[in-house]
Amino acid sequence: MLITQLKSKDTIESLAKAKTVIINCHGCKEVYFPEHEAAELQKELVENGNISEIITTDYICNPEHQALQLKKHMAKIDSADTVLVFSCGVGVQTTAQSLADKRVYAGCDTYPLPGFQGVTPLEFDCGQCGECYLNYTGGICPITACSKSLVNGQCGGSKNGKCEVDKDMECGWERIYRKLEALNKLDTLGYPAKIRDFNHPDAD
Amino acid sequence: MRVTELFQRGEFVITAEVGPPKGFHVGHLMEEANNYLKGRVTAVNVTDNQSSVMRLGSLATCKALLDEGLTPICQLTCRDRNRMALQTEVLSAAMFGIENLLLLTGDHTSLGDNPQSKPVFDLDSVSLIHAVKKLEEGEDLGGNKLVGDPPKFAKGAVVSACSDSVDVQLAKMEAKVRAGAEYFQTQAVFQPEMFIKFMEKAKGFGVPVMLGVIIPKSARMASYMNANVAGINVPQEILDELNKDPEKTKAGITGVEIAARIVKECKAYCQGLHIMALGWESKVPDLLAQAGM
Repeated sequence: MLITQLKSKDTIESLAKAKTVIINCHGCKEVYFPEHEAAELQKELVENGNISEIITTDYICNPEHQALQLKKHMAKIDSADTVLVFSCGVGVQTTAQSLADKRVYAGCDTYPLPGFQGVTPLEFDCGQCGECYLNYTGGICPITACSKSLVNGQCGGSKNGKCEVDKDMECGWERIYRKLEALNKLDTLGYPAKIRDFNHPDAD
Repeated sequence: MRVTELFQRGEFVITAEVGPPKGFHVGHLMEEANNYLKGRVTAVNVTDNQSSVMRLGSLATCKALLDEGLTPICQLTCRDRNRMALQTEVLSAAMFGIENLLLLTGDHTSLGDNPQSKPVFDLDSVSLIHAVKKLEEGEDLGGNKLVGDPPKFAKGAVVSACSDSVDVQLAKMEAKVRAGAEYFQTQAVFQPEMFIKFMEKAKGFGVPVMLGVIIPKSARMASYMNANVAGINVPQEILDELNKDPEKTKAGITGVEIAARIVKECKAYCQGLHIMALGWESKVPDLLAQAGM
């Protein structure tokens, strides 16, 4: 099981500064989602005036299912600058990939709990690190897409865009950089040195 | 002596890399360093389990070099130690009087000779630079005060100037500068035109850059690097040159000529030279002479 926890109010407000569509993922029994807190916070965001739509659906980790669910909202999504996703880390990544030209941000951090982790497509993996980095990395998880789980950029081992550990694996940071480049958001990488926090239960 | 003091004085800094042995006998390494490097290079840069191959430690080798009257640069990678062990190593270096560090992420454990090892990467090159800077400010990464005067180092880092993703490398370089990197050495350069182009962008960061060079030992070695070593691309002309006269290449004459030529083409664009002799320390004097150093 997983627990998703809302990021701080300040962080979420800063993510929803532009015209934003919110996607909530409910319904997965393997993820504990803070529905009440999320609803309260989103109410405030709506009052601030930037939220053009709140979509509450389920299993957005399944790209085909997600595409069907989002179909009737696409006009709103197309006209928004930002899509803010309240889900586990997998849902944010599938959304970032299917809405490739949108700035897709995570409103939650994901923590692991022992037990069954739910059914998610294998190509997307959430490290359940409890400090979701997807907002800095164009919706591509550096914990799972990089062999070294680096959070401050590409190492010197990438060759022809491939990882030094596995020549068939794309370098995660190459993907992150190219995605941010395409979104014209390379300035996102200008953050101070990030240091992971392993002081929480079940951190690997 | 910190290499940053020399850069500040406008000196062209020359360093050479040595790899500690697989064992604890440093006699041969000291002999090579004394015979070929002492008096010729500013500092000797000691690798830390290079290519993820388990060897004698960088710090211990640095101390031995310091005792021989050489200036060591201690390489420190994030592969084998968590943040506590890394900070400990930095303080230990300070106690020994080692003032130059080169801070790297490190190759993955799976590439080396103990591939079953747990890869640590608790920190990476950027956060390690940040950690050393914090120690210099008298505090560890946990925010706890150090006792007594804090240490002071020249904090170095690496960058791949001829990477096929040079823009991604430049972004990482920028992150390292932000974290406190004070000088850079590059991965081995075989394409001076790419290096010069890289320097046009890198000079904007305002930190000294040392050109990395390898003395190519054979066409086979160069082809191996092309296939397997990130950030290195040996052009066909150099491969042809190495193939032309096998005896001359075997004797190291061709390799030294190639490396010296690269240094001459690039030196006006950078602030120092870093030689990765890979066991050919004996060729370093010839290389420096031919490069006009």
